[in-house]
Order: sequence, then C-alpha cells, then structure tokens
Amino acid sequence: MTSPDPGAAPVAAARNTAALDRYRMMRRIRSFEERVGEMFLRGESAGSMLHLSIGEEGVVGVTDAMVEGDSFTTHHRGHGVFLARGADPARMLAEIGGREIGYCRGKGGSMHIADRELGHLGANAIVGGGIPHVVGAGLSYRNHGTGQVSVAFFGDGAMQQGVLYEAMNMAALWRLPVVFCCINNQYGMGTRIDRASASVDFAARAGAFGLAGASADGADVEAVHAAAQDIFAGARAGRPGFIEVSAYRFHGHARMDKSPYRTAEEEAEGRRRDPVANARARLEAEGLADADALDRLDAEAAAEMDRALDAAVQATMPPLPSMFEDVYAPETPTPEPLRRRLARILNA
Amino acid sequence: MTETTYREALRAALEDAMATDPTILLIGEEVGLYGGAYGVTKGLLDRFGPERVIDAPISEPAIVGAAVGAAMTGSRPVAELMYVDFAGLVMDQLGNQAAKSRYMFGGQIAVPMVLRTQGGTGRSAAAQHSQSLEGWFLHTPGLRLAMPATVNDAYHLLRAALVQPDPVVFIEHKGLYTMKGPLDRDRPDADWGRALVRRPGRDLTIVTYSRMLHESLAAAEALAGQGIEAEVVDLRCLNPLDEAVPVASVRRTGRAMVVSEGVMTGGVAAELSARLQELCFDQLEEPILRIAGEDIPIPVSPDLERAAIPSAGLIAEAGLHLMRREVAEWAR
Ligand SMILES: Cc1ncc(C[n+]2csc(CCOP(=O)(O)OP(=O)(O)O)c2C)c(N)n1
Ligand SMILES: [Mg+2]
Repeated sequence: MTSPDPGAAPVAAARNTAALDRYRMMRRIRSFEERVGEMFLRGESAGSMLHLSIGEEGVVGVTDAMVEGDSFTTHHRGHGVFLARGADPARMLAEIGGREIGYCRGKGGSMHIADRELGHLGANAIVGGGIPHVVGAGLSYRNHGTGQVSVAFFGDGAMQQGVLYEAMNMAALWRLPVVFCCINNQYGMGTRIDRASASVDFAARAGAFGLAGASADGADVEAVHAAAQDIFAGARAGRPGFIEVSAYRFHGHARMDKSPYRTAEEEAEGRRRDPVANARARLEAEGLADADALDRLDAEAAAEMDRALDAAVQATMPPLPSMFEDVYAPETPTPEPLRRRLARILNA
Repeated sequence: MTETTYREALRAALEDAMATDPTILLIGEEVGLYGGAYGVTKGLLDRFGPERVIDAPISEPAIVGAAVGAAMTGSRPVAELMYVDFAGLVMDQLGNQAAKSRYMFGGQIAVPMVLRTQGGTGRSAAAQHSQSLEGWFLHTPGLRLAMPATVNDAYHLLRAALVQPDPVVFIEHKGLYTMKGPLDRDRPDADWGRALVRRPGRDLTIVTYSRMLHESLAAAEALAGQGIEAEVVDLRCLNPLDEAVPVASVRRTGRAMVVSEGVMTGGVAAELSARLQELCFDQLEEPILRIAGEDIPIPVSPDLERAAIPSAGLIAEAGLHLMRREVAEWAR
C-alpha cells in the first residue's frame, strides 16, 4: 500500500500503538477492579466502601492526554484513573486492604489513595472535595511557569455541588491550566442523573463559566481521547476546560449495593456500552491486532492483577503505634496516646 | 412492648410523627427511593409521597439551608445528612443560620428543624466517614443535640426532637443500626433532656452517651467481676444537658470517668469533665478521667481503627486503676 503523504504512515502507526496501549490499560483496569471485588468477598479488604470503576474505563482517553508532571485529584471511584497514571496495582490493593505497604500506609484505603510522585494529589470521599485543589495547583503551575496541568476527576453527582462552580469560575477568571473531568455514569448512588439534575447538559454549564466544554462517549475511548487532546491543548495554554465522559456504572454503588433501584433490562443495556469490549472489537476490525494477540494481552493483565492481589493479601497490617504518625509533620509535637496520658495522670 | 432494631425504631418514629404532623417533611440524599443510606427511611416515600419525602441532589449546604427556610415558614423539616462528616459542608447553614436566627432576629424567627445524621467508627469507612463531631454542635449555642444509645431512645428522642421549638441535631451511630432491643412506643425511658442511670453502682461513675454506653456497660460488667460496682450514666441529650444526674452520682462515688468516642482534645468529654469537677470538687477522690478517641483522624486499617477509640477493655482497666486496684500494662 502506498501513501500519498510520506509522513502519514509513521503517524498512523504511532496512533495504532497508542490505541493498543489504551486498550491494554483499560483491560488492566477492568482486571484490577475485579480483584478488588474478589478481595472484598475474601474478607481481605478494609471495609465495604469500595467503588468499582468498571464501565468507566473510557476515561483512559483523558488520562492519556496527560503527561508526566501533570497532577490530578479523584473522587471515591478513582482506582482506574490512578492505575492509568502509572500506579502499582499491588500497592493499590494493599492500601485497599489497609496494609502497611499500601500507598498511604493503610491509613486512607480505597477512597483516599494518593501518590505525590505520580501527581495524585488525593482521592476524596467528600463528593466535590478534591475539585478546588486543582485550582490551587493551577495557580502554582501558572505562577511558576511549569507548563503542568492539573485535572479534577469527579462523578456526575458532584455536578450538583456548589464548590464545583466556584472552582470553575476561578479557573476561567484566572486562566489556569486546569481541566475538570466529569465521569458521568448516570447515577449518584441510587439516584439517576435526571432525578438529581434539572438540566443534564453539563458541557453547556461549563461553557457558561467561560470554560471550553466537551462531552465524549466514554464507550469509545478513541473519541474521548480526541476530545481530550483539544481540551488539554487549551488548558496548557491557560484556557481551562471541562470534559464529560459518559459511561454506565456496571455494578452497585459500593460493594453492599445490589442496585434494586434499576431494572435488569436497563443494566443489560448499559453494559452493552462496554468501553473495553468496544476497543477490542475495533482493534480487531481495523486489523491492528488479532484475537490471539488480544487474548494473550488479556491473560497478561489478569495474571498481573492476580500477582498483585497475592502480594497485597500477604502483606502485613500496619503496627498500632503508626496510627499516631503523620497527623503532623515528623519531628514536630505529636498527639499523646490516650494510654500514656492516663498513665501520667494515674501515676501522678 | 416489642423487640426491634435501632434502625426500625428510628423509622417508626419518623412514620408515627409524620402521620400525626402533616407539616413534617424529609429532605436529603437517597432518603426516598433508596430508603436512606442506612435504610432508616425505607417505605416512607411510598406512604407519604414525593412532596414530603424529598430526594435531593448532592448539595448539602442547600439541603440544610432549604430546611432552615422551610422551618421558618411553617414546615417541620427533617434534613438528613448522610454522614456527620459532611457537617464541614453545612456548618454555615447550621451554625450561622439555623442556630442564630431566633436570637439575631429578636425572637421573631424560629427554626424548628431536625438534622438527622449518623457518625462514629466501625466500618473501615476511613477518615472522612467515621468521625464523632458532636463537639462542633455542642460548641454552637442555639442548637439542641441528642444522641440515642438504645432502641427505645432512638424512637422517643426522635419523637421528642420533632416537637422541639428550636433546631435539633440528632446523631445516630452507624454501629447501632442493627442492634436489637425493646421498644415501648407509649413509654419513653425518660424525658427529653434527662440523663439516666443505666446501671447503678457505688464505687465509681461512668458518664457516657451514644454507642459508648455499650462499651461502658460491658466495662462495668467486667469490673463487677472484680468486686467494683460502677454506675453508668447515659446522657441521651448533650443539649439540653442534664447535670443533676451525673453530679449526684459522682458526689456519691467520688470517682468519675467520662467516656466519648469523639477525639479527646477540645471535645465533649472535656466539657463534661470540667462541669463535674466544678460541681463535685469536694467529693472527688481522684482526678476525673477522660476516656475518649485518640487525637487523630480515623485510620482505615481495621485494627488501627479499633484502637483509635475507647473499648470496654480500656475503660475497665482505667476503672481498676482509678480504684487503686490493678495496674494495667500500659500504666506501669
Ligand atoms: C459531600 C458528600 N455527600 C454525600 C456523599 C455520599 N456519597 C458518596 S458517593 C455518592 C454518589 C456520588 O455520585 P457521583 O458523584 O456520580 O459518583 P459515582 O459514585 O457515580 O462515581 C454519595 C451521595 C459523600 N461521600 N460526600
Ligand atoms: Mg455517578
């Protein structure tokens, strides 16, 4: 096959590699989240407040528009985003299990994973809680001229929190290198989006604040990525943006939720919008990878996550005295353990 | 008299009150179709309809603010805050608006609302979903504050909250919802604002509330095995606060421990301990001990989480020491 433009073939090849990489990442996220579910069933997780991002893997189109040095915050359903930004699945699972080797030494758990090195400024269990932090990060980057971008990932539920709009206004007003990414999985717990929001045109809301707004079909990771590229190009140049990634939450809100508020038909329909299956079908259809190669890739992802789960469940729990560490900076006064205080009083 | 759960007693209180008072409305996240994050409001949407059982968007300041406005205008709203930790979002509406309206406006504008919420540890729900923040509300004049520890109180304190003339913060404990106990709909254990002696004893007094009542009762049982009779006082309401019952007890026993799940520093236990000291000074044989939460955020790891709050074991050990009997390992 000859190409009229000599540059086109390598560009297409690079795009194809990237598409395959995105598929691999989505598959890893899917496998990871399945292990989180397994960990809970085995009684190895710290609690049941585990929010799986299965069905939302299309967000890889957004994380792939980020570069090293970009920072981000996530909501409580942020495992996939963090994995896509380079997280070690074993340390993530360890944190989810409250283990010492976890990203936050077993202090935070699933809803509070963070890693400064990878730019993860923190997952948040307060809906909307992490959103304004990217405004502050944007200020730092703008003032220091670093070229970095900070991204807030949150759910559709956060679209009803006032702090989002305060943050959007500031980002637009001060021309900050910031992206707001709403993963719209149609539900906030048991409340479908149209029961929580009079208008569901979220990109238009962002537009009203002077942000560049886009809405992408999260079942099509390549479409998400194309939209994200534009938004990030703008943000890096001081034109903050908003991108909505539509999705369907395949499972219950957290591990105890069986979703009695929605029908089996609706779930079946929603699960047909599967970003992982779609990406795979597309790679095959476009001849970028054959079924065998994709099967191998899937098996590698599964094996990787099995190893990660094994490592996590075998890891030890944090020692009790560690609970007094990191309330304040090291080498500064720390909280006095209650028993020590009581002993001082009683032996006085 | 029936045997039921704390959760069911709360639900029954809402249902009975709503059937009696048509101005009561519920507003909060997941209170309707879902039946409440902890299932307390299940069935109420079906019975009372969407005009009185209102599923709200995730907009806590406006939920509580709307409740304030509804209360000012002839409704009696019950705003549900899914976790007390979200108080961070609503403290303006609660502390600056609900709590101060009657006073600022010279007695003209009352805010008879209830903020129902739940707190406490026990589910590895981590630092933003496990706190005991009653101290924030206690520190705010204008708010009433109730924290039921038993099934009967879950019902009767909530019914009482729903006829108060002023805003009430009503804090349930997430670790008690499945607890079973007797409910007598016709007979409250005591009035609103009255403390109760849950276990009599002559040697030392344990003053507590909410879930820590049960740790304290278990500790008293353990102490009884060692020949020490601890009296356990359940405050039930922190505002209005019944000083008379705990003061009378401590004057008799001369020894007191105040047990609270909230962090120790600047907390409810500090307030209670100060009051007891002021009023029982002459009778005290020993310093009043605060047995409270460690001064740390709640960690997610289950063992650490358990260790971050008082346990029956710790309360009993401290009690033994206070009686100058056995000295626990940690106190040597
Ligand atoms: C401020 C606040 N309000 C309520 C909650 C309880 N809550 C946790 S997740 C959730 C739904 C969030 O929906 P969405 O933002 O769409 O995220 P999703 O769970 O769908 O990923 C709610 C109401 C919370 N954690 N924080
Ligand atoms: Mg959602």
